[in-house]
Parts: sequence; structure tokens; C-alpha cells
Amino acid sequence: MTLNRDSSCQTELAASLIDVCKTYKHFELRNINFAVERGTVAGLIGPNGAGKSTTMRILMGLVQPDAGSVTALGKPISSSAASAKQDIGYFADDMRLYKPETLGWHMQFVRSLYPKWDDDYASQLLDRFGLIQQQVVKGLSHGQRVKAMLLLILARHPKLLILDEPTNGLDPVAKHEVLTELMRVVEDADRTILYSSHHTQEVEQISDSITFIDRGQVIASSTADEFLDKWKRVKLHAPESWKTPRLESLRLESSYRNLHVLTFSQFREAVPSQLQASGAVIEAIEPMTLEEIFVSSVLRGREGSQL
Amino acid sequence: MHGVYTVYMTMHSWITISLADPRPLYLQVIEQVKRRVAVGDLPPGTDLPSIRELAAGLKVSVITIKRAYLELERDGVITTRQGKGSVVADRPGLQASIQEVELRDHLKQAVSLGLLLGKTKTEMQRRIAEVYEQSQKVGK
Repeated sequence: MTLNRDSSCQTELAASLIDVCKTYKHFELRNINFAVERGTVAGLIGPNGAGKSTTMRILMGLVQPDAGSVTALGKPISSSAASAKQDIGYFADDMRLYKPETLGWHMQFVRSLYPKWDDDYASQLLDRFGLIQQQVVKGLSHGQRVKAMLLLILARHPKLLILDEPTNGLDPVAKHEVLTELMRVVEDADRTILYSSHHTQEVEQISDSITFIDRGQVIASSTADEFLDKWKRVKLHAPESWKTPRLESLRLESSYRNLHVLTFSQFREAVPSQLQASGAVIEAIEPMTLEEIFVSSVLRGREGSQL
Repeated sequence: MHGVYTVYMTMHSWITISLADPRPLYLQVIEQVKRRVAVGDLPPGTDLPSIRELAAGLKVSVITIKRAYLELERDGVITTRQGKGSVVADRPGLQASIQEVELRDHLKQAVSLGLLLGKTKTEMQRRIAEVYEQSQKVGK
């Protein structure tokens, strides 16, 4: 995708996947193409099993793609490129900490591996996340464990954060704490976050670019505003004899007597006048939520029709 | 325990984002900056937070704040100088003109709703006069 809002200089990519394919016995990633610009937050939205985690693992070099090319922080990713990973922080819920050890022990451990570890920032994070160094991992709640893992990643100042559903299962307060820290990260224009979630509202709020994935394919990729600008619902009154004009990008129509609701995926300025010319009276042009847009995109994709 | 809960105040705490508000987030930012300028809370020349600072503070995407600032600049409400950040524009009549635009938008909305309901021009004028009289009474 292109995101050319920054007038200042050429845009740099923090991560890119080009024509990436990976076939498993019961699942296939097909021609995944997307890029994340430096200094942005990129949100990956998809139903469970859509391919979000596999995509992120490929980007981390944890899974080898069958085809395609992958770069992170300007370098091709391969499982051997350990040096590049100094600057990448990866979070997934299935990662495990050592249960009998304390958070402080883990902090010392990560500190010994990453020269960029920041003690001051780590203690600030302890404070802001409400964590205590002496806590033993075994006794941590889910939310505390997620925050502990994020602390271990954040405190070494990675340039690229790849976070697989970091807010999943968090209570509202923990979620707030986590999102606050993530947004603090991109206060630095040199740092980038790619994260997945199925909380569309949260993704809409903090992401500069949003990619929808379903059934192993990218089905749409854009900025939140572009999604919201393009998708519109038009409510109109029309005489009984009225026939819906053939308009491109009309995705859905529902009618009750002479009241019609039309959903467009590429709403253009000309649409209202085209509808009026057909004899309809427009009552309202409504925005849709990202969630509605996501669901419509997924359902449309599954019907096999093309944008 | 009944302590005073201290809220960490930041320079952008005068802007709030509401997810209960159906309008796009960038419009919410624009509207609130304009309102603060219109009522004089942000005098000409006041420094605005940087785009990334405000994004982090409000927990909204950088692109949202960028768009809000671009449109505020286009509307002449703020001025952005390369590398120096944005300030409230120093332009005579800025406050009044923001309020003027707001008034016109509200009137436009009222008129289009009136048209939808099939009201005539005279009827709408009468209704505005009515509302005006009522608020005069309340004012006393």
C-alpha cells in the first residue's frame, strides 16, 4: 500500500512482504503483499485463523515462506539474521516466561542480551504497568503476564515492534495502559509498530494504516480515514416504480416499501446526483464503522466477488 | 481510602476524544481546537503540541492528528513552520470568523432539515424568530 502523507521526505519502509506464499496442510497464505512505513502504527485485522499470526511469524523469520520476499528494517529477513532482530521486538501470547523465576530475573536476563536495554525506562514501565520486580511469573495474572512481556520488549527500544494480539483478553484498564505505552513508542518517528487485533475500534483509533486479512489473503489495505471515506450508507426514498440505477461499487441494497438503504464501497461525489437523477430523494448519507466495513469486506470476499 | 486522585495534566488535556461520538476522530480534534480558539482559550501565537505528542497523548493515530492539523492550517486557524511546530494563527478577526463559520454550518443544517420536512422559507423564518424570542425570555 502507499501512504504518502508525509510531505517532508521519501517514505521508508520498516517492513514489507511481497508476494509471500506459504502452504500448510489445511491452510494457505496466498500472495501476501503489504508494507509498513517507518514511524507508523499498522494494524492487522482478521478473523481467527485468517493468517495474521503466520504473517507475523514470517516477518520475524520464525517461519520460512514458500515464495516471496520479506524485509524488516531494510534487510531481507532470514532465520539466520540474528543481528537484525536486536532491533525487532516480537510479542505473541504463546510465548512463555520461566514460571519459577521473578520478573526481575527476566529483566536481568534480557538486559544481558540486549545492549540497548534502558534501566530507567524499565523502571518507569514497572511503575506505569503496576508490576513488581519480585513477582514470580507463576503468580502473575494474564494481564500482568502480557504487560511483563511487553516491558521486556519495550525496555530494549526495538525499532520495529511486531505484536500479535497484544490486547487480547486484557481488562479495560490493562488495555488502556498497554495502548498508552504503544502510542508513546511512536512519539519517536523512527519507531514502528505492526500489531494484530480483532478489536476494530481500537485498531481504528491508533493505526495509521489498516490491513484486512481473511482466509490467507489480504482483502483490503488502506488508512482508517480512507476506509471511512470510501464506505458509505445512503438512505433514500424512491417512488414505487424506482429501479436501483447500476452504480459501480454498490455493495448491498435493502429495501422496505419505498425506503432503500444502499451500501457503497467506493463512494464518489457523483453518487448523490446520480441517485437523485434516477428519481430518488436522499434522506441521509451515513458513515460506517470500521467493524461494519471489515465485516462487509470479509463477507464480500468470501462470496468471491471482486472489488 | 479517600485520597485526592491526581490526574497527570498534559499540555493537550484540553482536547478529548470520544468514541461515543460518531464523527471521525480528526473532525473532533479540529472542532475542539477551533472552539478553544474561538472562545479565546488559545490566543494567537500559542504553541500547539507536536503531531506525535498529541497523538500519543490522545492515543489516536499520528495520521489522524496530521490530517486535523493540515485542515486547521488550510482553514487558517493554525500556522505550521517547518521544524518549529504549529501555533495558533495570528490573524485579525480569526475568532469571529470561526464563530461565523460555525453559525453558518448550523443554519445550513437547520435549513436542510426544514427542506426535508417540506417547510417553506417563510415558515422557517418564523420558526427561527420564535426560537430567538424564546431564548431572549430565558436570558432575562
